[in-house]
Amino acid sequence: MPSATLLGQAVVSGLLAGGLYGLLALGLSLSWGLLRLVNLAHFALALLGAYLTYQLGTALHLSPWVAAIVLVPAFFGLGIALHLLFARFRVTEFTSLLVTFGIAVILESVIQWFWTADYRRYETPYASASFKLGPVFVPLLELFACLTAATLALATWAWLRFTYVGKALRAAAEDPAIAGAFGVDHRRHALLLSGLSAAYAGAAGTFIALIATLAPSQIWAWLGVVFAVVIIGGLGNPVGALLAGFLIGMSESITMAVVAPAWAPLVSFSILIGLLIFRPERV
Amino acid sequence: MMRAALALVVLLAFAAAAAAAPSGQPIRIGGTLALTGPLAPTALLHKIAGEIYVEELNKANGLLGRPVEWVLLDDQSKPELARSLYEKLITVDKVDLIIGPYATSGILAAMGVAQRYNKVYVHHSFGMPHLAKYEMHFPTAAFGPEPNKTVPTTVFDAVAATSKPPKSVAIVTSKFPSAQFQSNGAKEVAEKRGLKVPLYLEYEFGTRDWGAIAARVKDANADLLWIGALGLDGNQLLEAMKKLDYTPPRHFHLFPAPGPLVAAPDGKNALSVTVFEEHPPFMNNPGAAKFVPIFKERAAKANVPYTAIETQVGGSFAAWQVLEAGVTATKSLDDKAIGAWLRKNRVDTIIGKLRFDGPNNYGDDLFKVKQVQDGKWVVVWPREFTAPGARLQPQ
Repeated sequence: MPSATLLGQAVVSGLLAGGLYGLLALGLSLSWGLLRLVNLAHFALALLGAYLTYQLGTALHLSPWVAAIVLVPAFFGLGIALHLLFARFRVTEFTSLLVTFGIAVILESVIQWFWTADYRRYETPYASASFKLGPVFVPLLELFACLTAATLALATWAWLRFTYVGKALRAAAEDPAIAGAFGVDHRRHALLLSGLSAAYAGAAGTFIALIATLAPSQIWAWLGVVFAVVIIGGLGNPVGALLAGFLIGMSESITMAVVAPAWAPLVSFSILIGLLIFRPERV
Repeated sequence: MMRAALALVVLLAFAAAAAAAPSGQPIRIGGTLALTGPLAPTALLHKIAGEIYVEELNKANGLLGRPVEWVLLDDQSKPELARSLYEKLITVDKVDLIIGPYATSGILAAMGVAQRYNKVYVHHSFGMPHLAKYEMHFPTAAFGPEPNKTVPTTVFDAVAATSKPPKSVAIVTSKFPSAQFQSNGAKEVAEKRGLKVPLYLEYEFGTRDWGAIAARVKDANADLLWIGALGLDGNQLLEAMKKLDYTPPRHFHLFPAPGPLVAAPDGKNALSVTVFEEHPPFMNNPGAAKFVPIFKERAAKANVPYTAIETQVGGSFAAWQVLEAGVTATKSLDDKAIGAWLRKNRVDTIIGKLRFDGPNNYGDDLFKVKQVQDGKWVVVWPREFTAPGARLQPQ
């Protein structure tokens, strides 16, 4: 039987890991739910953000937080450019899977060409920093990632819920023709949302650079679990994505602590399958 | 008169060069490497090693006086693709010889193809000898026939020789086949030696969150942590443990990415195993003195962060040496003749003398224990192979 400290530590670790899942899921959930684009390139953008943070940090000695200030707006622009491309070629929900998969593969090749396939690790003083809360240690970087995810998710939720643009985006996702009849300029709003999704990928990339190991193939490492988070959280639902991230992160972590680490990957998909069976209307 | 003599000297020099330069149809050696995908970081080192070997071969007299061409394809870290590509290399590209891909699963997948076409199959990174049943496979990952017993024994012998031998071992391993196989063996060996094993955990290849695993290792609080690590697993686990304010007294990493562990602050005194390091007596092995500087230069040019040569690159270079030795000794490209010769003879390579006459064509376990000391890997066990002045730390 695991000790209470071990369980407590597993809950904290899982909660914080779930924050990063939520942060990665945020942009994907928005573009899938409100733009009807299943953007697999989101993962590649996040990893590109991670590599750029690494590059700025190691080559130019820029602090990761300064790098984020540079990268997030740049990724916003990149997101808009990508959406212009999708709009130009009339990419639909189904074809977006293929197109964005292609973009992800191209980005993976670009990353490998520039940084090689070898592992990269961004060593910073923050990497091992933590503080003690009772008997449990709280890692600082993961906590900061989690707080960032929570802030962005709540702000995005409020933006979608209370502003005209947010309401227009939701209306256009529901019925583009009727929304258009009411004067909603979906094209402009879609560009904004696409830019925002990519900016979230850039922000997630900064944390990935600080927390994880970088290798080009890592693009695909997050795909399964983040897809599960997006679907469980509900498409286009930022707070749902965050809560689903917490749920998956904690479930995986507790499974690792109580049963065995090898069982952890099964958890997210078991929850997803359970949801599809018992609450199919949620998806 | 002087001019005529000079012209004669130049002519003779050209003639000598022409005689040494390989000519005729190139000998095509086919193989795959994981140039993309999760195994690509290490496969890149094998690619550089192979390219250098072939270039140097062609600068000399090639093979049997003919130039050598390496037909290299990308198996994308997928064993099923490696299998198909070897089929293509043999039946469509009609290569003369083949050389193995990187890593256990790919090597095993392609071994069936080599067997079907009776091709000599030299490979460099196979970690599960009991599964290699093909009579013409020749491994240069010199684990010996039972690495699940011999590798842990070497490691436990090394730490047992210190003034504070461990009494307990926590084992955490990737489910990657060769890592799991040897780590499972480590558990059995430890128990047989009377060591307690308070923790044995397996995790999936590609695990992202190390917090809970670190908490369990801390809870077990063993004297030695054995990590059946691949790539950066060990770095990430050490980092996660540090966040819990815990550093294991000793930590061993089975297949780590060598560079990042040396560079990481938590990597101090990390233990691992090796067949080659850049210090005596290894630098006296055939080919080492010439190959090491060229590899360093080429790896730096390829933007590889850690350019020191160790197990992977050593094994890769040795595979080419074995293939060359077989062809040169038999003066032929006949797979059966080369295979028969290799089974009967020892080959002196950069990682030591290899023989293929044991169970499943495995010879001796050549692995030694190395440790991160003063920012570099040095061999610390057995004593006759230790780097000058090095001792296993902490004593």
